[in-house]
Amino acid sequence: MTTTTTETTERVGLMMSGVTLLHADGENEVRALDDVSLTVRPGEFVAVVGPSGSGKSSLLAVAGGLIKPDAGRVQVGDADLVTASKRDLATIRRTQIGFVFQSANLLPALTAIDQLRLPLTLGRVAEPRDPMQMLEEVGMADRADRRPHQLSGGERQRVGIARALMTRPRLLLVDEPTAALDSKRSQEVVALLAREAHKHGVATVMVTHDRDVLHHCDRVLQMTDGKLAPVDEV
Amino acid sequence: MFLALRELSFARGRFALMGSVVALIAVLMVLLSGLSVGLVNDGVSGLKKLPVSSFAFEAGVDESAAFTRSMVEIDKAEMWVDVPGVADAAPFGLTLVNTRTDRGVDIDLALFGVELDSWLLPTAATGSDLSGPGQILLAGTLADEGVAIGDVVVVDQIDKELEVVGFVDGQHTFGHVDVGYVDLSTWQEIRAGARPGDEVPNHVYRWVTAIAVLNEGDAEPDVAAADEMAGTTTMTLEESFGASPGYTAEVMTVQMIQWFLYAISALVVGAFFTVVAIQRRQEIAVMRAMGASTGYLLRDSITQSVILLVVATAVGLGIGLALGAGLSATEMPFALYPSAVAAASAFLVLLGLVGAAFGVLRVTRVDPLTALGASR
Ligand SMILES: Nc1ncnc2c1ncn2[C@@H]1O[C@H](COP(=O)(O)OP(=O)(O)OP(=O)(O)O)[C@@H](O)[C@H]1O
Ligand SMILES: [Mg+2]
Repeated sequence: MTTTTTETTERVGLMMSGVTLLHADGENEVRALDDVSLTVRPGEFVAVVGPSGSGKSSLLAVAGGLIKPDAGRVQVGDADLVTASKRDLATIRRTQIGFVFQSANLLPALTAIDQLRLPLTLGRVAEPRDPMQMLEEVGMADRADRRPHQLSGGERQRVGIARALMTRPRLLLVDEPTAALDSKRSQEVVALLAREAHKHGVATVMVTHDRDVLHHCDRVLQMTDGKLAPVDEV
Repeated sequence: MFLALRELSFARGRFALMGSVVALIAVLMVLLSGLSVGLVNDGVSGLKKLPVSSFAFEAGVDESAAFTRSMVEIDKAEMWVDVPGVADAAPFGLTLVNTRTDRGVDIDLALFGVELDSWLLPTAATGSDLSGPGQILLAGTLADEGVAIGDVVVVDQIDKELEVVGFVDGQHTFGHVDVGYVDLSTWQEIRAGARPGDEVPNHVYRWVTAIAVLNEGDAEPDVAAADEMAGTTTMTLEESFGASPGYTAEVMTVQMIQWFLYAISALVVGAFFTVVAIQRRQEIAVMRAMGASTGYLLRDSITQSVILLVVATAVGLGIGLALGAGLSATEMPFALYPSAVAAASAFLVLLGLVGAAFGVLRVTRVDPLTALGASR
């Protein structure tokens, strides 16, 4: 490994350049991502807004190694997601990437504390966080033994965020975390995301429809028909 | 293991329901295994206890009714003795009769006719050995049914009287009927329907049912050549079981029920784990997005089904053995052999796993993309 890559590793959380993603839609093709370039530094909290069907989830899918782009480069830390094999991608996701899903997507059988233990059972983790400490950090320590159906939507989302951070990922991808929450809970959850991103130096990309939470973000990007552009006004 | 155990305890109601079905099937398997062994014993335990390698029947005899149809000339025993690899050969008679003791107990008997000095003749466990014509040595189980040493057994229709001199140890049956050993000449007279005092023509003493053959150690005599030479049709002892009345049909019926149960169990378990897998689709997608490998997901699901199957089968086995112990004490043809029960249980678990695999393998087809966006 050369010094340059090591430096890049330290400065880059996510780097996408010239990424194009096509979806076959019957006869014609849909350009879900059209020549998208995006670099997110460690600790930077970026929001992506845009109309429905503009390609926001596609962006997260490509950045998270769930789908390979038709063109362009995608790099998370020092891992190249375009050339990686399926098996390697799973390992990269497990060790370098955290996902927070729209409805938290917790496992119904697991208590809050076990939700956090789960990612550590999937394979070897270099520097795992302490599950109880992490729960405390998101203010859920007193509900450690509750299962998802005994938690409110906001509480579930907090557990989901804590779970995504257990393996100290370089990149956190968040898909509409506030969709199911009222405005007060939304503010709390996004503030928590901003705090975690800054505190732990995690490059964070959040897709949202909710314009009221954008003031927590360092940068806001607009997605339109698969094209990504900066937004000046927050 | 982490997730498998927690899911088992979280959805215990559902898993208990499935487990009960498997346990009930296991109970049935144990009972059927006992019944199958019991039926086999009831059909051929008398044959099994003979120190015989094979029987040489009349040439071209109907194999499913060999013991009732076959007639072989007694001197063929000497021809068989000379066959290389054969240690000994002796005439053997078998016929089914209805009898009544002088104390009014009706008993159906399979009469085994053997020469008094024959290696085929078992020794008595109680009473004395067979030592002359007009005597009978009975299966031990008859002692429990009101027959005693010194009783006289009268053969129906021909009024031939046989004195009970002793009992051999344990169960000796043929075609669900108890066995009685008699002297070969006595057997030949009964077979010919000769009443006491009748003039018995000489040719009656020339015929027996078959020649019982004992091989030397592990030797395998050239049976085809020997049959050709002696003019007989030979069946091994095991093959001859099929000539016991009803034996083949009974064994096949029980076996068919067993195979159906295995299939039902595999299908039910398969259907269950398929439904579980479909229900867990979103969950699996999330785990895959989190980077869970296919191996991890498979291991977890398989662990779950192994635990379910093993625990349920063990519970069913326990209940089945308890019930079986009760049944063994009754008149039912029922006997539990550990090896048969163990094989049935192992097979139940194995086939259950094959069924479960169909459901479990679905986890490999879940696309982690499904985790993104609840809308899809
Ligand atoms: N599997 C697919 N097959 C075909 N077309 C797809 C597929 N997935 C997405 N698309 C198309 O790609 C485009 C971008 O979809 P994407 O899900 O990224 O939008 P989005 O911005 O996340 O929308 P929303 O805000 O509704 O979640 C849409 O036109 C969509 O119809
Ligand atoms: Mg979307």
